[in-house]
Amino acid sequence: MTARQKRLAFIVGGVMLVAAAVGLVLYALKNNVSLYFTPTQVYNKEAPQGRSFRIGGLVEVGSLQREKDGLTAHFNITDNDKTMAVVYKGILPDLFKEGKGVVAQGKLEADNVFHADEVLAKHDENYMPPEAVDALKKAEAAKAAKPEAPASGSSAEYPVAK
Amino acid sequence: MAINWFKYSAPTTFYGLAGKLIPFFAWPAAILFAYGLYIGFFVAPTEATQSEAYRIIFLHVPASILSMFIYLIMAGYAALGLIFKTRLSSMMAQALAPTGALFAFISLWSGALWGKPMWGAWWVWDARLTSELILLFLYLGYIALQASIEDPRRADRASALLAIVGSVNVPIIYFSVKWWNTLHQGATIKMTGTSMHIAMQQAMFAVLIACWLYVIAVTLARVRSIILEREANTQWVNDLPEVKQANGGQQ
Repeated sequence: MTARQKRLAFIVGGVMLVAAAVGLVLYALKNNVSLYFTPTQVYNKEAPQGRSFRIGGLVEVGSLQREKDGLTAHFNITDNDKTMAVVYKGILPDLFKEGKGVVAQGKLEADNVFHADEVLAKHDENYMPPEAVDALKKAEAAKAAKPEAPASGSSAEYPVAK
Repeated sequence: MAINWFKYSAPTTFYGLAGKLIPFFAWPAAILFAYGLYIGFFVAPTEATQSEAYRIIFLHVPASILSMFIYLIMAGYAALGLIFKTRLSSMMAQALAPTGALFAFISLWSGALWGKPMWGAWWVWDARLTSELILLFLYLGYIALQASIEDPRRADRASALLAIVGSVNVPIIYFSVKWWNTLHQGATIKMTGTSMHIAMQQAMFAVLIACWLYVIAVTLARVRSIILEREANTQWVNDLPEVKQANGGQQ
């Protein structure tokens, strides 16, 4: 091997070793790197007990209720499998909407309700003009009207991470 | 006729070539910036959920893409300099770093400005944001390390190692939204295509290409300065008309 090839092998080998090391560390810290837990993970007791964590998913359609004080909101976060009741007192972000993504930070209390002290809206990666969204909704409504059409999730819905 | 590929890898010849090439990249960059931003702000339609606020994407996405690409190119040049001991490669790596840091900063800054009104937070410690912040620190670390060692050849070798090792971070940034739960949304431009409106695409790609051309122009200009600085004591530099003129003015 020439000196040049040796240096090349050293660099390629070194980068591969570092990549493997970083990969192992990130794999070991998988749950710490993820920003939030899904409701399914919370049900499976993968989320920390008795201390603050974040929960993420979609705001269940039809679940949002506001109390008379105008600040306290009750809603459910769902990953289309399990659902988690959430209560939050504060101003919700502009993009907070039923059927859209949300990440809430707080604690799961004894009443089995997630008491959030911060709610963030999570938007999806699709950017379209309002007319395109209307057209999509119309197409979907037409599809739903046909009984033989297979039931499918709304395409405007946020895909939940597994 | 055999082409001597190594002819232009000598700083002596590359200095002149780079100077001639700069306007061919700088002017198209300026024109494309103007075109892309015009389409982005006046032609592209309002977005359904985010209305006008989404328009920062035309700056945010090209800056983010460039911050990652420049790092890989910089690490590539640094590796070439380490393996082949070509002086120009190390100078190119050094010339790319400040522009890469600039784009990483723009990406983080525009992201924060976008995150506050849309998500409800300037900053969250999710995997995408954190790894991009690490990228900015890698650029700054590279620049600092390069500057802290007097002997340019030793500085090149030390900083090249940092650049090469740091390149592991780039795929982590890109795939972070896939591998982990993040607040940052997934990729809009995928291998399988994109759901983006055509005018939005045009604006984004125009600004992206403009950024590329800007990077090339500004890197060539910077590498010329680095060549002059490092070769200041050589005869060919002192024979350059612009150097003679400057020296003559002082005397």
